[in-house]
Amino acid sequence: MPTVSVKRDLLFQALGRTYTDEEFDELCFEFGLELDEITSEKEIISKEQGNVKAAGASGVVLYKIDVPANRYDLLCLEGLVRGLQVFKERIKAPVYKRVMPDGKIQKLIITEETAKIRPFAVAAVLRNIKFTKDRYDSFIELQEKLHQNICRKRALVAIGTHDLDTLSGPFTYTAKRPSDIKFKPLNKTKEYTACELMNIYKTDNHLKHYLHIIENKPLYPVIYDSNGAVLSMPPIINGDHSRITVNTRNIFIECTGTDFTKAKIVLDIIVTMFSEYCENQFTVEAAEVVFPNGKSHTFPELAYRKEMVRADLINKKVGIRETPENLAKLLTRMYLKSEVIGDGNQIEIEIPPTRADIIHACDIVEDAAIAYGYNNIQMTLPKTYTIANQFPLNKLTELLRHDMAAAGFTEALTFALCSQEDIADKLGVDISATKAVHISNPKTAEFQVARTTLLPGLLKTIAANRKMPLPLKLFEISDIVIKDSNTDVGAKNYRHLCAVYYNKNPGFEIIHGLLDRIMQLLDVPPGEDKGGYVIKASEGPAFFPGRCAEIFARGQSVGKLGVLHPDVITKFELTMPCSSLEINIGPFL
Amino acid sequence: MADGQVAELLLRRLEASDGGLDSAELAAELGMEHQAVVGAVKSLQALGEVIEAELRSTKHWELTAEGEEIAREGSHEARVFRSIPPEGLAQSELMVDSMEDEVQRRLQLVRGGQAEKLGEKERSELRKRKLLAEVTLKTYWVSKGSAFSTSISKQETELSPEMISSGSWRDRPFKPYNFLAHGVLPDSGHLHPLLKVRSQFRQIFLEMGFTEMPTDNFIESSFWNFDALFQPQQHPARDQHDTFFLRDPAEALQLPMDYVQRVKRTHSQGGYGSQGYKYNWKLDEARKNLLRTHTTSASARALYRLAQKKPFTPVKYFSIDRVFRNETLDATHLAEFHQIEGVVADHGLTLGHLMGVLREFFTKLGITQLRFKPAYNPYTEPSMEVFSYHQGLKKWVEVGNSGVFRPEMLLPMGLPENVSVIAWGLSLERPTMIKYGINNIRELVGHKVNLQMVYDSPLCRLDAEPRPPPTQEAA
Repeated sequence: MPTVSVKRDLLFQALGRTYTDEEFDELCFEFGLELDEITSEKEIISKEQGNVKAAGASGVVLYKIDVPANRYDLLCLEGLVRGLQVFKERIKAPVYKRVMPDGKIQKLIITEETAKIRPFAVAAVLRNIKFTKDRYDSFIELQEKLHQNICRKRALVAIGTHDLDTLSGPFTYTAKRPSDIKFKPLNKTKEYTACELMNIYKTDNHLKHYLHIIENKPLYPVIYDSNGAVLSMPPIINGDHSRITVNTRNIFIECTGTDFTKAKIVLDIIVTMFSEYCENQFTVEAAEVVFPNGKSHTFPELAYRKEMVRADLINKKVGIRETPENLAKLLTRMYLKSEVIGDGNQIEIEIPPTRADIIHACDIVEDAAIAYGYNNIQMTLPKTYTIANQFPLNKLTELLRHDMAAAGFTEALTFALCSQEDIADKLGVDISATKAVHISNPKTAEFQVARTTLLPGLLKTIAANRKMPLPLKLFEISDIVIKDSNTDVGAKNYRHLCAVYYNKNPGFEIIHGLLDRIMQLLDVPPGEDKGGYVIKASEGPAFFPGRCAEIFARGQSVGKLGVLHPDVITKFELTMPCSSLEINIGPFL
Repeated sequence: MADGQVAELLLRRLEASDGGLDSAELAAELGMEHQAVVGAVKSLQALGEVIEAELRSTKHWELTAEGEEIAREGSHEARVFRSIPPEGLAQSELMVDSMEDEVQRRLQLVRGGQAEKLGEKERSELRKRKLLAEVTLKTYWVSKGSAFSTSISKQETELSPEMISSGSWRDRPFKPYNFLAHGVLPDSGHLHPLLKVRSQFRQIFLEMGFTEMPTDNFIESSFWNFDALFQPQQHPARDQHDTFFLRDPAEALQLPMDYVQRVKRTHSQGGYGSQGYKYNWKLDEARKNLLRTHTTSASARALYRLAQKKPFTPVKYFSIDRVFRNETLDATHLAEFHQIEGVVADHGLTLGHLMGVLREFFTKLGITQLRFKPAYNPYTEPSMEVFSYHQGLKKWVEVGNSGVFRPEMLLPMGLPENVSVIAWGLSLERPTMIKYGINNIRELVGHKVNLQMVYDSPLCRLDAEPRPPPTQEAA
């Protein structure tokens, strides 16, 4: 969930009233926000870097507010205030207008070289904007929030904002060899080639995260003005030439990306939020984008869409009985201008360009429920009549684990993920023989594979509890995973039961006795015929030679038991003899 | 002298004494080791109220072995002096013709019990020379107890089969039990606390008529884990940083292709009344295998199976099983945890129904004060986070997440349009940590578990009042 940090006093000023922290927290809760933290710049620095560094930092109170991940229109102070003011019916939702310029329209021409790397671009102009320090900071911060969220760390969309008065259109969005791109980037004093920049930014804590998006591509995206000035090299950095300041009056905004829909949403959000500070409030100047196929489109779209929802549908989905008029009122409070039309049961809802999250009637239903107040909804029990059933494998597991404890063994709960070493090297088995599934992106060796046996987990549990009095008697009934091309995903879980006995003597007879008890519990008689069970001398790399037997039950091999090999004991950092038993309980269902 | 004899002597002396006697003094009078008297005191104490004994400690000065020697033989210097023959040696010019053995005199004083006649300085000088040591003596002040008697008979410790058969138990006194001592814990196995809580949650769902879904597939395709839930392919949860993907087997072998086509269309173009996400949906992305990030993938499979059965029958489903996240680990987060999930599918379910079911569910957990907050989940709409008032923290804390599954998820499966599916989920670890007062999740889950904690953990009764947290002194 994105967190937006706003100055409390600025927020209250914009809301036209003050709140206590509790009152504001309550308002957030009702609206689906969360007042996550009340802090200040000073407190943040002091927490992260100590009191010394914090000296002199601003003590202005900051509210950190968690915003739902799909509400891009609430990612800045301007949007939050507008949303809350409309919710509280203090203002009407503004209408955003796209206008043609008095003079020539700004043009952005996309060349076909961009197709392979970052094919889409959209643009718009904010005219006669009036920034203050706070507004300017909010403008920059909103771009950062959008980059981190909907833009997927600039991979899907990257935003560039420029001082239009320093540039001369038309603009060209193209892609060039990195060695052929040379410009002075933001916050640098001289020109570099794109190759040099990529090298420099490898150590830049902020920018290094975006390099991978274009790093190994033969051509890098770049935007020029008609004089050859570089506006930006998306998604990495803007040019210094067109940098905006608090004094900038006319802003050219471009969004490039790999996802056209999202690029349009991002542009809409930026211009709807900040056209508030334009001379003609909530008015945005159009820009023309010419695609490689020669077709041209005008942006921002700022599209208003009409949806029709029946009032009784909303009532039925939420579980309330409101009149169509009331429902329309509720929706209007959620920034969705609505009115009752037709037969008096139809509600026409206008979806503004700020609400890209509304893609289905269910989104409208939710907003009606929020405005009604979740906690005002009458709770009822559904009349759904059903008979409960347990999943047979879990039912058997539940029964068995109680009797395992009754037999004196203590239940462990170990990880399903482990290292290759745990299931192979330490047990004297080659990893290829385990048929284990392998994880492609583990952060540490602890998560290389899914376990193919429960034994390593139990031995590690003993190793971590060596201070406990002997004997240690542990068991676990849980799933292991084996590759299996007969299943849709190519792997299958098996429910295993594993038990270990760890003491000064190996205690094979104890583990063997436990097996006999388990078979008794499962109603499997001893003996080879009539679906009974028997153990037969066997061998396995994990076991001491001559001290291992295979368990056959109901005509199939279900597992092994034996005294563990001293090498296995040593590799798990244990010192005492140990015997173990592991069976698949699936066949006993 | 045997213990019993000393004890009898002691009792007789005590009877004659005025108020009480000191164990050390008695030992001196009887000319025996103090330890023997102490033994008798202890054996009498074990009989109950025969005597009362109060432990006292006194300090006194004693000679060391070397000190004893000097007290007896004289100081080293004096002995040198005396060993010089009267006729003198070459050293007769020692110019000493007589000497007072001051050291011997002082040590003899101490031996005579008159250490107090020496000054503090003199004593400390002798102590530094290791001739003298201060000794703490623990003695008992013994007085008559409420059941004082001079005749004692040996008490039996335990009832024996012979006593029962002979009836001798009738005439024998029995040694009283010390009920303050701890009993011997039975040798037993123990169930793991987290899984005890799991059993209780299963029980609650079963009581509410919910059927358990199969969840025995840790490996899942991206399709069932994300795409089927209408979670777009660029969603951050599908990032390498958040999800464990598989190298082998890297891709799912089979997908239900008809259904896949409907899912693809819904994502990329919309449909079923939805605008869709309008992006280029890729089958390759859906095929990618992963360790399931939630059990909702299993719910999706269950609902898809349900949709294939005609006519539709209402269901209530639940599951509790492991899920996996490629997350940064800390005291409350592990790469794997257990998710609890409940699902109800029926005609005409409302948000009010969801809240009603949640109220019943949480009441069974002993949580009665609930509040619902609007939230965002990719596959539910409306969505609500469930908060409960925590008496200890004096604030509302999140206890679960819930919502109504999106039509974009249900309709491509083939479920009828007027069927709604409400669902909620929570983790098993969090309520368990709260229930058992565990702060570090590693002590609970995984091989670093504290087995003593497992041995000691009480029954899991979720609706019972939790034990008050330990006070400062107790902790």
